[in-house]
Amino acid sequence: MSFINQTKLKIPYPIMNRTFLAAAVIAASATLNLGAATAINGSGATFPAPLYMRWASDFKKVDPNVTVNYQGIGSGAGVTQFTQGITDFGASDVAMKDEEILQARTSAGGRTVMIPATAGSIVLAYNVPGVQPGLKLTRAAYIGILVGDIKTWNAPEIAKANSGVNLPNLPITVVTRSDASGTTAVFTGHCAEVSSEFTAKVGSGKSVTWPVGVAGKGNDGVTALIKSTPGAIGYVEYGFAANNKLSMAQLQNKAGNFIAPSVESAATTLASIKLPANLRFFILDPKGANDYPIVTFTWLLLKAAYADAAKGAAVKAFVNYALTKGQETAPQLGYVTLPSEVVTKAQAALETVK
Amino acid sequence: MDGKSITAGSSGALREYRPRPDFFRAGCWIAAGVTVALLGFILGEIVVKAWPAIWKFGFGFLTGIQWSPNRDLYGVLPVLIGTAASSLIALLFALPLGLAIAIFLSENFLPHPIRQTIRFVVELLASIPSVVYGLWGIFLVVPLVQEYGAILAAKLGFLPVFAGPAYGNSLLTASLVLALMVLPTITAISRNALIAVPPTLREASYALGATRWETILGVILPTAAPGIVASTILGLGRAMGETMAIAMLIGNSQRLTWSLLSPSNTLSALLANQFAEAEGIQVSALMYAALLLVLMTLLVNIAGEAVLRRAQRTVVGLK
Repeated sequence: MSFINQTKLKIPYPIMNRTFLAAAVIAASATLNLGAATAINGSGATFPAPLYMRWASDFKKVDPNVTVNYQGIGSGAGVTQFTQGITDFGASDVAMKDEEILQARTSAGGRTVMIPATAGSIVLAYNVPGVQPGLKLTRAAYIGILVGDIKTWNAPEIAKANSGVNLPNLPITVVTRSDASGTTAVFTGHCAEVSSEFTAKVGSGKSVTWPVGVAGKGNDGVTALIKSTPGAIGYVEYGFAANNKLSMAQLQNKAGNFIAPSVESAATTLASIKLPANLRFFILDPKGANDYPIVTFTWLLLKAAYADAAKGAAVKAFVNYALTKGQETAPQLGYVTLPSEVVTKAQAALETVK
Repeated sequence: MDGKSITAGSSGALREYRPRPDFFRAGCWIAAGVTVALLGFILGEIVVKAWPAIWKFGFGFLTGIQWSPNRDLYGVLPVLIGTAASSLIALLFALPLGLAIAIFLSENFLPHPIRQTIRFVVELLASIPSVVYGLWGIFLVVPLVQEYGAILAAKLGFLPVFAGPAYGNSLLTASLVLALMVLPTITAISRNALIAVPPTLREASYALGATRWETILGVILPTAAPGIVASTILGLGRAMGETMAIAMLIGNSQRLTWSLLSPSNTLSALLANQFAEAEGIQVSALMYAALLLVLMTLLVNIAGEAVLRRAQRTVVGLK
């Protein structure tokens, strides 16, 4: 320090002192962390992000030595980061395609294990002044609205199923997603399954071109647009709609009944699902009389073998927590508790992770 | 620090000059070189990433009207039109207003301190973050456009530009907010151009019996015209690259339409919306779109700078 001019030292000295102290504290805590703690990082779907973050903070109480970081950056980006080996686990609403699994095998090393972690429903939420929640939409009606055939709220296709509801002569504004998303994939997957017109005009996928309407980014962007636009209708995840007190439509299921979206009606849908060996299954159009029609699992993506044994153990412990205790917190946030049969299968798959 | 040189200086004897490596100059060269190289590097990276899409779609990318990632169809014509339309409409609003403010601030209609305050406030508009403009637009402009847009569509709907249904998140909404965002650029540069007009010209005009308005319209504005044009072009550059506020307000729908009241999209908003979740050829297509955006803004900014320089030369020449 002899080269530093004495007069110059006078001013920064206390600042330097404090900086050194802070640096020392950070260094000390960092070394402490390295001693016992393990941090596992995951990223992916935004749809279950509130629940995963809740699980991460709850799990900290179960095992204080493990820190779980989850970032809701979107299913596509989540799969990419997981495939490239940037994250320890990924999360996706559309699981992984076979070629993605194959790619992950070559680049990240090893097989990918897909674990269904929770499930949720996608709802059609609307903002029509004077109309109560629970508007009944037939399949013809909601497909007609989405492809732009039905243009006003008092159209006979909507009014027919809603006798007694005073529908205004208000133009319909369809609100969709501007970004690619698992939510869009599941929603358009259902619509394409039930309507050939929808398949021809829109098609299904994570990012599609809508013939009408405006688009917002993320579930929150769509929610905001619906809230601010009289006459709007759009698709969002159930939890977002419930938290923001949006009016949700009752949708006609395959059996012809109108079902209101709720944690219970989604659980009814899931109860009848038989998962295949790879645990990847899309519920495009459930058959049950009381099934809510648009329900999806969402998956955690794990490596079959972790190079770092401590990390592998931490990931397993966290996912096991999610599948057991974590399922109890799911309904509080608008997600569905997985049926015990699904949990058993998921736990068996988790056992193969090393 | 170097005691010797001080004593040598005070005794009057000059120290022998020894050429040393000029580190300062070298540092400047490196800094300048890195800045230029960075632009080249960014462009190169975009071209490399965009290459699969350029190879696959070629020029058809510019004329295609369908952007459907689920069908691997990528065409940006509606987005290009949206970019150009939103920026030009924004200028349509911002230029008269900005020029009026610039004239007002460069003349002595008001005492100097008040003019300085107004100038400061207008230039402060430039420092408001884009996202704040977006939020302001959502809460104020969107409902206004929705309400009056519906009336406009009902009364003048026979004109394609006002064809209904009227959306709150529309090309018009985005253009209005964009106009406010480019206003400080236009005002500041135009004002500088007006102030740079030599006082001798003004005095000559008065001496010939011209009124103040005749002087402003007939002498000062024409003299400052190149600077005003430059301010407009630079404003255009800013408008085309603007992202966040636009993504929040324009409705993000790439459909071809004539109506100002319909949702639209711009290149920058498209990138902001779709990049995070893009995969495969969609990434390349977005990079191709990014390349177009960079080229467009670069060309506009170069044009603006060129006009501005010419303008400064002519005005200097007049003195």
